Amino acid sequence: MTLLDIALFGQTAVLMGTPLLLAALGEILTEKAGHMNLGVEGMMLAGAAAGFIAGFYTNSPALAFAAAGAAGAAGALIYAVLTVSLRANQIVTGFVLTIFLSGVANFVGSDLGNSTLGDGFTSVGDGGSFFSSIPFFGPVLFEQSRYVHFSLIMAAAVWIYLNKTSPGLSLRMVGENPSSADAAGIPVTFYKYSHILAGGFLCGAGGACLTLVIVKRWQESATAGMGWIAIALVIFAAWGPLKAVFGAYLFGALRGLSFKIQNAPISIGGRSLSVPAQILDLLPYIMTVVALILITLGKKRENQPPRSLGKPYFREER
Amino acid sequence: MISFQKRAGTSKGRAWTRQFISIIVALLTCAAVIALLGYNPLEVYRQIFAGSLGSLYSFKEMILTMIPLSLLSLGVIFCLRIQFVNIGAEGQFYAGALAASYLALRHPDMSAAGLLPLMFAASIAGGGLWCAIPALLKLKLDVNETLVTLMMNYIIIKIIAWLQFGPWKDPTIKGYPVMPAFSDSAILPSVLGIHSGWVIALALFAAAVIVLGRTRFGYQLAVMGSSPQTARYAGFKTGLLLMAATAIGGGFCGVAGFIQASAIENSLTYQMSNGWGFTAIAVAWLAGLRPAQALLVSALFAILLQGCAYIQISLGIPFFMSNIIQGIILFFVLGSDVFTNYRLVIRRTKDTQNALSERGGK
Amino acid sequence: MDELAYVELKGIVKTFGALRANDGVDFRVNRGEIHALLGENGSGKTTLMNILTGLYRQDAGDVFVDGRRVFFRTPKDAIDSGIGMIHQHANLVDALSVEENIAAGTERTFWIDKKKLRVRISEIAESYRMLARPAAKIYSLSVGEKQAVEILKAFYRGVTTLVLDEPTSVLTPSEADALFLNLRRMRECGHAIVLITHKLNEVFDISDRVTVLRKGNSIFTSPIGATNRTELTEKMVGRAISLNIPRTAAPPARETSRPPLLDICEIVAGDGRGRFLDRVSLQVESGEIHGIAGVAGSGQRELCDAIAGLTLVTSGSVRLNGRDIRGMGPGRQRAYGVKIGYVPEDRMEMGLAGDMSISGNVMLRDFLTGLTGSNGPGKIFFNADEADALADRIIKKYDISAPGPAEPVKNLSGGNIQKVLLGREIERRPDLLITAYPVRGLDIGASTYIFELLNREKENGVGILFIGEDLDILLGLCDRVSVMRSHKLVATLDARTAAKTEIGALMAGHSGAPAL
Repeated sequence: MTLLDIALFGQTAVLMGTPLLLAALGEILTEKAGHMNLGVEGMMLAGAAAGFIAGFYTNSPALAFAAAGAAGAAGALIYAVLTVSLRANQIVTGFVLTIFLSGVANFVGSDLGNSTLGDGFTSVGDGGSFFSSIPFFGPVLFEQSRYVHFSLIMAAAVWIYLNKTSPGLSLRMVGENPSSADAAGIPVTFYKYSHILAGGFLCGAGGACLTLVIVKRWQESATAGMGWIAIALVIFAAWGPLKAVFGAYLFGALRGLSFKIQNAPISIGGRSLSVPAQILDLLPYIMTVVALILITLGKKRENQPPRSLGKPYFREER
Repeated sequence: MISFQKRAGTSKGRAWTRQFISIIVALLTCAAVIALLGYNPLEVYRQIFAGSLGSLYSFKEMILTMIPLSLLSLGVIFCLRIQFVNIGAEGQFYAGALAASYLALRHPDMSAAGLLPLMFAASIAGGGLWCAIPALLKLKLDVNETLVTLMMNYIIIKIIAWLQFGPWKDPTIKGYPVMPAFSDSAILPSVLGIHSGWVIALALFAAAVIVLGRTRFGYQLAVMGSSPQTARYAGFKTGLLLMAATAIGGGFCGVAGFIQASAIENSLTYQMSNGWGFTAIAVAWLAGLRPAQALLVSALFAILLQGCAYIQISLGIPFFMSNIIQGIILFFVLGSDVFTNYRLVIRRTKDTQNALSERGGK
Repeated sequence: MDELAYVELKGIVKTFGALRANDGVDFRVNRGEIHALLGENGSGKTTLMNILTGLYRQDAGDVFVDGRRVFFRTPKDAIDSGIGMIHQHANLVDALSVEENIAAGTERTFWIDKKKLRVRISEIAESYRMLARPAAKIYSLSVGEKQAVEILKAFYRGVTTLVLDEPTSVLTPSEADALFLNLRRMRECGHAIVLITHKLNEVFDISDRVTVLRKGNSIFTSPIGATNRTELTEKMVGRAISLNIPRTAAPPARETSRPPLLDICEIVAGDGRGRFLDRVSLQVESGEIHGIAGVAGSGQRELCDAIAGLTLVTSGSVRLNGRDIRGMGPGRQRAYGVKIGYVPEDRMEMGLAGDMSISGNVMLRDFLTGLTGSNGPGKIFFNADEADALADRIIKKYDISAPGPAEPVKNLSGGNIQKVLLGREIERRPDLLITAYPVRGLDIGASTYIFELLNREKENGVGILFIGEDLDILLGLCDRVSVMRSHKLVATLDARTAAKTEIGALMAGHSGAPAL
């Protein structure tokens, strides 16, 4: 493999990791509010469908992005009403959301199988700019779709939000101990709703990245389990947005490698790589289980899941 | 200000009324959605029933869906009963199928009388192991079982995919890789026109009802699920109980995988569950973790799934309609759960209270 | 004096079901004053302060701050009026740092200015000469440090009236000294401080005035100089009231050749953080009701658990009828025929399975060995008919109002739940019966019934260990009363001759019981 090959592969890894990163950031926001939303797969698929449809009819990447995010957020709203206001079981609700949204997305997408996107979606990134002339990092990070840039900006923004701002602090308190937060005068319900919705928006955007940028067409169940990898990524990254970037690109690289192997064997230094594609697909989940065990054993509080994750909160009237 | 207030006591009657009302409202909402999508809701509902219960053939098809769904929900029930949040039924299904298929592919020449019981036992061991690993991690290292069981699903599916594309691929078939078909002795015979999986499922349900309701083991599980401290107080071996219950729960899911591989697929593939493992969690929850109710609820889901498969052909409605209807019904049931134990109260807001008090205070 | 009144509560009434926790309480605290709120467990102190700090809403009565009538819907409302409470157990988020815990929910700006935040925290800390480590994570702090963070948090929010709920109960003596030093400085700064306590030495150490609550009423307020320990003890425990508990005759003296029923010698239990039981020795005779008095959390629960085999005892011996049972868990006790009945403190948490039927609960202890012994171990099934029959018998015998044996226990009333538990334990014919706060939360009728039951068992020769909080009940019912204080057993008295004030003094930890 030459440097150019590696750079090309890096570009693929980053691109493949981007939907994962967006969805994982969304799930981080959701879980930091104390809610485990297993509807990521569904929200991504809804975003993928809505984004594609909007892009197909308007030929506007911006509108497609907005539509995808809105679709994800709409799904998250159902989840929020059920789990926050009506105290429904978070896990069951998340699964049902995935069932429901994949039904809706595949239903509305069932006529789109042969549709192709207009010319608004042909350009990839801003090639030829100053940044893309940087060796290796230029093509890998800058000669990329706007979704890549958006996801990186969002990762930094989520990190800054969580660690440097007062609403971010309030959010962490809500996820750790809602009754403390309530006593401190933080509007718990508002925080939960807003961050679950923002999480849904990012999941939707992640789905759109898949249909608008990576494969550029609508396929039935286009996300193909990516939502679950995104949930794994949240754990793998120990709920940290910056660690999620590296995790996403690592998982993205594995996925890229797995695609490549399926098409043609790869050779490194003359020896052909004989790892089956499915084993590469398997690695993210194994790594996540190992990471979870290490996180648990490490007992570092900063890395633990938000304390109230999955538990409904309501102030009992006395 | 609107808030919830705990009701004094619970009543079975209220729980049933609540579920009934929410399902009715959900069906009306579905009807509205169907109408919105441009179909006649009454016709769709009629066809769903016709397609799942209308003829002997469609009834049999419905049963074929109900068998794995009910067994999977039974497995989930065993785990949730002791507050072990098992969302890995899908993976345990495949682990059981894998273990059974290994025997079927390895010993195609054995007689059915020898092979099938072995496959059955292997599927229990496979599914049980796949559920016992997260349980052991929880017991020994306190690792969150929800997350591990979720990951275990995809690990086993990818392993089977690898086997299907690689080591276990049938070399005689060109094109899309598949595993060799089972020999006849590895295929469950049919009883009364449906494969004998239904007999196994019924037997396991009967066994589960007896184990949970009548045995000392089931009794200890019930105590543990209701109050872990009380189980300790009574001197139960709680770690052992956890491992046993999860292994049995996983085992039931494994049997579902065995039945599906043997009787329906006649082989093993990594795409044979249709997401039933996840639907089963909703079924178990909807059934209130009671086996008999789970049988009823999985029948309802099977009717819906089979009916929607039917309307795809008869009315040209995409099969995904079933996901939409399932989703809406479950949303309503989930959302109404709170009303069993709480009721809505509307209080005067703080501002009005202050205003009133100020008048009263002066 | 009156114009100084800063926070005032008038005629506060709060009921929980049948219990009147506050029955028209009046209370006031002034600026620059440390006001001790004294009372036994269950006298209504904590309820009153929870109303003042917005956690509970009163049924009747008014709260005034600076002469203005106020309504608190949430703790936040109370804090906005300058009233904050420090609970016994810190309500902080472990994973966050000190400064994050203090700042959360107070910052008006979007960005957190850590520098400014730290300066402000250190300023506050300095003005009370407290130590502050703003960047430390909460989980790395000691209990005393966590409490200090809570106090800083309150001041950061502009609190001027601070309520502390038994703050020293979780502290080491040196931590408690440091706390008192801080409280004095706060007084100098003109803050009003309410100290909830039942330790008399603390009252005299630090407070300016004292108010005594008893059974939901405020019965006495005085400047600290105008009262003394004897008077306060008397006010706190009250004159003996006839509870109409018929005490049966004391058991006949044991033949000296026979060992006592329960003989605990110098047991120690604990973990890395400290001792739960510190060389406790205790004897209970057959046919005796032996009471344990003490402030909540003095080691009563651990003592019960140690006897029942639920807590690891690291040294000392536990003997029942002369046989060593130390280290025997409940399973082995059952297998070896050690008959100890145990009615734990929090019955729905431990002891009963609320979701299960009465039948399911009454068979809990003996389902393995068979309820009547006819059904040996090794069998797979439990005997549901026997369980139902036992449930029926217990329902009838103990007059439990329930639709039937199939009724889930959680649907019963508190008194009936307790009767199910007591009935189960008594029907096993135990040699020793441990009851922890068996009448807590029950109305008078149910309580009286339970006393009768215990007396009946006593006459049958059962030895009863009775953990209680109401001294009137302890002295009226028991034959002997032992007092526990800070995980030690400090004295055993004859309940027929002991005075309430004497026990109160032992509980509160000042020597020289006052003469009455």
